[in-house]
Amino acid sequence: MADLKVTLSGLELDNPIIPASGTFGYGYEFAELYDINILGSFSFKGTTLEPRFGNPTPRIAETPSGMINAVGMQNPGIDRVISEELPRLKKCFHKKVVANIGGFSVEEYAECCARIDREEQVGIIEVNVSCPNVHNGCMSFGTDPLGISAVTKAVKAVTKKPVYVKLSPNVTDIVPLAAAAAEAGADGISLINTLLGMRIDLRTKKPVIANRMGGFSGSAILPVALRMVYQVYEAVKLPIIGMGGVTSARDVIEMMLAGATAVEVGAANLIDPWACPKILAELPAVMEQYGITSLRDIIGGAH
Amino acid sequence: MKQGIYTIVGHEPLTKDVYRMVLSGDTSAMTMPGQFIEIGLPGFFLRRPISVCDYDESTITIIYKVVGQGTDVMSKMQKGETLDALVGLGHGFEVERSGDDPLLVGGGVGVPPLYHLAKRLLAAGREVTVILGFNRAAEIFYADEFERLGARVVVTTVDGSVGVKGFVTDALPEKFSHVYSCGPMPMLRALYGATQGVGGEFSLEERMGCGFGACMGCSIMTKNGSRRVCKDGPVFDKEVLAWQI
Ligand SMILES: Cc1cc2nc3c(=O)[nH]c(=O)nc-3n(C[C@H](O)[C@H](O)[C@H](O)COP(=O)(O)OP(=O)(O)OC[C@H]3O[C@@H](n4cnc5c(N)ncnc54)[C@H](O)[C@@H]3O)c2cc1C
Ligand SMILES: Cc1cc2nc3c(=O)[nH]c(=O)nc-3n(C[C@H](O)[C@H](O)[C@H](O)COP(=O)(O)O)c2cc1C
Ligand code: FES
Repeated sequence: MADLKVTLSGLELDNPIIPASGTFGYGYEFAELYDINILGSFSFKGTTLEPRFGNPTPRIAETPSGMINAVGMQNPGIDRVISEELPRLKKCFHKKVVANIGGFSVEEYAECCARIDREEQVGIIEVNVSCPNVHNGCMSFGTDPLGISAVTKAVKAVTKKPVYVKLSPNVTDIVPLAAAAAEAGADGISLINTLLGMRIDLRTKKPVIANRMGGFSGSAILPVALRMVYQVYEAVKLPIIGMGGVTSARDVIEMMLAGATAVEVGAANLIDPWACPKILAELPAVMEQYGITSLRDIIGGAH
Repeated sequence: MKQGIYTIVGHEPLTKDVYRMVLSGDTSAMTMPGQFIEIGLPGFFLRRPISVCDYDESTITIIYKVVGQGTDVMSKMQKGETLDALVGLGHGFEVERSGDDPLLVGGGVGVPPLYHLAKRLLAAGREVTVILGFNRAAEIFYADEFERLGARVVVTTVDGSVGVKGFVTDALPEKFSHVYSCGPMPMLRALYGATQGVGGEFSLEERMGCGFGACMGCSIMTKNGSRRVCKDGPVFDKEVLAWQI
């Protein structure tokens, strides 16, 4: 029997498959389609202190083997997530969820995490540091080791839950950023978020996305994601949630060989709402094909 | 919503760049006129949203215009080939709200979703008027099909080559109980202005990531707050749309 179990900072998962933040809402669109309890966990839509409508449309563009999104962190705000979304989710999901938190200042991240800390449904807090820092010329927290360090420390101070810092790939070298998170007390690293990209419409001769640029994800980014997970695994002794371009069981295994303990699946859910159950269904056979009996054994196996 | 593999059982051009495709497969997820399907095409990451023009127990008819690479690939597909589609997406037109003599207004490739709606309204004994707006004679399609259903059909062309010269708003009847429409935004805006005081439902278009409510790629701001075109729409009560924005 193939053993799919993995453990993230003490949280035992039945399998490493976690739908990625922003591609799975707060779960119930998918709960109408299949029993989402088969998943290891899932990462809910990036949530901020205040409600956000997000960016103007068009927010979506297609790319070769991928897509660009500029949703702009649309979410109902942390208080409504706690009072409405989590209770609703509880009816269809009995496992611990990954709470994905965004923010535009250190204080905002900390306040948001302090509020979600009280929710027993939350197993891990995934702090998305790709948002612009409004107090620092809108430079992204995620491209600045000092910014990452400040956010990580502030969040760790207000929660007992494991904190995973979700890194942006839009940097020359990912290693100092992962190291900054680790030094500041992070329990794990999530990577990668989307790559900054754009498309131009030949008919209008203008950017397709209203916001001009957006986050590039999907199959096309798998090699970049693998490379960064590999580098971070080598540099930092923390569990990694790997993601970026994963669409199949083989991709999951590749991501784990690079160093991921669990794997998030993003854009694939959007083009095939049954992507995660299909990956789960094919995992045992693919494991067997490559002589793998336990997924735990292959984490970082490529090093 | 259901995902299925559909076989192309009919495919032909209606005009120079507008095609009709008939797909055979499971249609049990279709619940109302004005819903759409998301078609997966080999070589393209995202699916293409296309309105359902007509459906029955085993087939779905769509009408699409070739505007880019995906629809170009579609237009070259042959009968007997198969397509992967998500079917039964979105909230469509509400037949029950029509009143006795509803008005249906379609502009260009906004015409198709009104066809099954007209069928349902006529079956319910309604007096249906359809206004179909096109730019010129060569672009007209489906006027005869609506007539054959038993609807009163008015065609408008911007260049006056056929029917009423001008826009759909130049051909509005004096009295109608409800207005259903799908077409380009400028047309919907003009129609909104010209149909004040009468209830109605408009179908909108947005670029989509998923088509089933998961990604927030298609959100619009309405008078009742943010709504997803793919799941809460594409058809909305025209009064909730934020026309001032
Ligand atoms: C709910 C809904 C119903 C629709 N119904 C019809 C219909 O019945 N008949 C019809 O001809 N067209 C319809 N459209 C528009 C149709 O989706 C686009 O024309 C089509 O996706 C273009 O694909 P492409 O690959 O040829 O264009 P490309 O420009 O090459 O496509 C690139 C990307 O942009 C997206 N895109 C481009 N134009 C549009 C658009 N206008 N709306 C949404 N996405 C777009 C494509 O899906 C693709 O992801 C509908 C759109 C929506 C949202
Ligand atoms: C539509 C969309 C919305 C996203 N929203 C968020 C978000 O709110 N917070 C976040 O941390 N990441 C967000 N992401 C990034 C994904 O979680 C993931 O890191 C990225 O897409 C790479 O994985 P993929 O290639 O499998 O999509 C979003 C991605 C997409 C496609
Ligand atoms: S397209 Fe994804 S929510 Fe509408």
